[in-house]
Amino acid sequence: MTVDQVPLSAPLDIGFDYTRSLGPTLTRFATALAGRRVLGARGGDGRVHVPPPEYDPVTGKALTELVEVASSGTVTSWCAQPEPLAGQPLEHPFCWAFVLLDGADTPLLHAVDAPVLRTGARVRIRWAVERGNGIRDIACFEPGEEEPAAQDGAAAEADEVAMITTPVHLSYMHTASPEESRYLRGLAEGRLLGQRCPACEKVYIPPRGACPTDGVPTETEVELPDRGIVTTFCVVNVPFLGQRIPPPYVAAYILLDGADIAFLHLVLGCPPDQVRMGMRVEAAWRPREQWGTTLENIDHFRPTGEPDAPYETYARHL
Amino acid sequence: MTDVSIVSFAQAPNVRATHGTTNGVEMLVPILREALDGAGLAKQDIGFWCSGSSDYLAGRAFSFIAAVDAIGAFPPIHESHVEADAAWALYEAWVKIRTGEVDTALVYGFGKSSAGVLRRVLAMQLDPYSVAPLWPDAVSVAGLQARLGLDQGLWTEQDMAEVAARSRGANPNAQVHERVTAEELLDRPYLADPLRRHDCPPVTDGAAVVVLATAERARELTPNPARIIGMAHRVESAQLGARELTASPSTAAAAAAVGTDGATLAELHAPFTHQEILLRRALRLGDEVTVNPSGGPLCGNPMFAAGLARIGEAATRVPPGERAIAHATSGPLLQQNLVCVLEGE
Repeated sequence: MTVDQVPLSAPLDIGFDYTRSLGPTLTRFATALAGRRVLGARGGDGRVHVPPPEYDPVTGKALTELVEVASSGTVTSWCAQPEPLAGQPLEHPFCWAFVLLDGADTPLLHAVDAPVLRTGARVRIRWAVERGNGIRDIACFEPGEEEPAAQDGAAAEADEVAMITTPVHLSYMHTASPEESRYLRGLAEGRLLGQRCPACEKVYIPPRGACPTDGVPTETEVELPDRGIVTTFCVVNVPFLGQRIPPPYVAAYILLDGADIAFLHLVLGCPPDQVRMGMRVEAAWRPREQWGTTLENIDHFRPTGEPDAPYETYARHL
Repeated sequence: MTDVSIVSFAQAPNVRATHGTTNGVEMLVPILREALDGAGLAKQDIGFWCSGSSDYLAGRAFSFIAAVDAIGAFPPIHESHVEADAAWALYEAWVKIRTGEVDTALVYGFGKSSAGVLRRVLAMQLDPYSVAPLWPDAVSVAGLQARLGLDQGLWTEQDMAEVAARSRGANPNAQVHERVTAEELLDRPYLADPLRRHDCPPVTDGAAVVVLATAERARELTPNPARIIGMAHRVESAQLGARELTASPSTAAAAAAVGTDGATLAELHAPFTHQEILLRRALRLGDEVTVNPSGGPLCGNPMFAAGLARIGEAATRVPPGERAIAHATSGPLLQQNLVCVLEGE
């Protein structure tokens, strides 16, 4: 069965706000930043590293001596960022730079609010309004020398910052496989399209880019009925975030007649304690005008009232 | 310990974007077949399977598990995975054979780089406490490294363009191929000053497969195996500012551990033009060594497969009796480097 249509795809935006406990060294670094001061760590060779590493980059020994460095310094390298990306410190063209803060021996990576720079340029910290976000307490650098005590809320005692939140948000274009796309497009027409593996001859729904047993794509299309049996099931009693049905309810593996692989769905339409292995069920479709390229077109499966399938007929599917 | 040889190599077409899924199955199914056929082996003959890929690239958890479907892993297989370029998966497989646990192994890497914004996704490689929260992207960070060398007089934009011109003309089958001079390239605009587009790798979807066997078994499987003379990898600090960014001490250390003298060919995993110059110096390669006849990562950079592909390309191209260096890198700005020396049989 050839599949000429372009596979289905859709944007996938995923994110998580990581909370990171900072440990002794970075807690002191982040706390100092919240107080508008910058700390480095003195390494075994005497060099002062900013940000302070917990362990010596050369010897691997724990570093405990933190020293204050200036909030201005010299650009040791730079790269233009003409089209800033999401999450970066500035939204208009700027430069990334290695900044060697006065008093430090190794440079700090940060943004400088300038469309071009030159190596050797003098820059100073522009502090963020919000404090307590670790390295992001430095909004960016800007050309110029440190202005003693002239900046917003100059050095001050701050509450200890032992935890920061670092949001990670990434955007992808997620693509279904050609086989899955055919299945999903079938669902939009109210059809259940599986495919048979050419090697083991099992019928998969959804069909697959590779049969997990044989490593070859499923090929021959097999249209399946919207009825089958419950192979195994569980009664959901635990409430959780995003739950759409009040518990208790039944999540079950449904094996459609003619399929070899069961899929997970809901069994409603009878009390949970009456659901059984081998129970005959049929699809309860949503109204046609709600159909899309999704298995959610089937709201749930419900008992048909037919006699249960004997255990031997589905034992190999468990 | 047992000697190990490379007996087969296959790679998916390097392309800007595929319609495939991020679990790589569509790219892997045909080339697993091709690599096994090339070695005259069936999947049941493989003693150990190892892969390299990244969930950040795929945008989903455990994407490498879905990729195992491409093997047809029944009966159950002996399998492992590294969240790094698959060259490191090859290292694991090499150790498995060296120690006598198995006598064949298949290594694969895959990456659908086009699914997200690659240069932004790669910010996830950086220190998650004080660097990654700023989202420095891979191109910008490479630009910082390039300018350090430019300012120190270690290389010029002309040198960088010459690397690009040679690479782009090397392989008509590569994703990027054009006949162009360094002068013509230098007339093109900056992408991110000091980098022009030709200084950066293309975004590539791709996959690669290498089959390994004991040297003895390899001679039965193919008339021209490439024996692994030695392999080592070294890593540098995660503290970017503390690193010696205009040299590659970890490459030099890995090369010293292996011994790279006498090579006539080198496949270098240098995604940026200045990094090829830097690696040539770290490996002490003279002008007599042919570098990246495949075009290298500058002409096709399938993430998590490009390093493995360097080993496969070198193994395929090294003539009998001659030696080749294959290099792979992982992490930001050549943080971790692997050097593999091969000899053609």
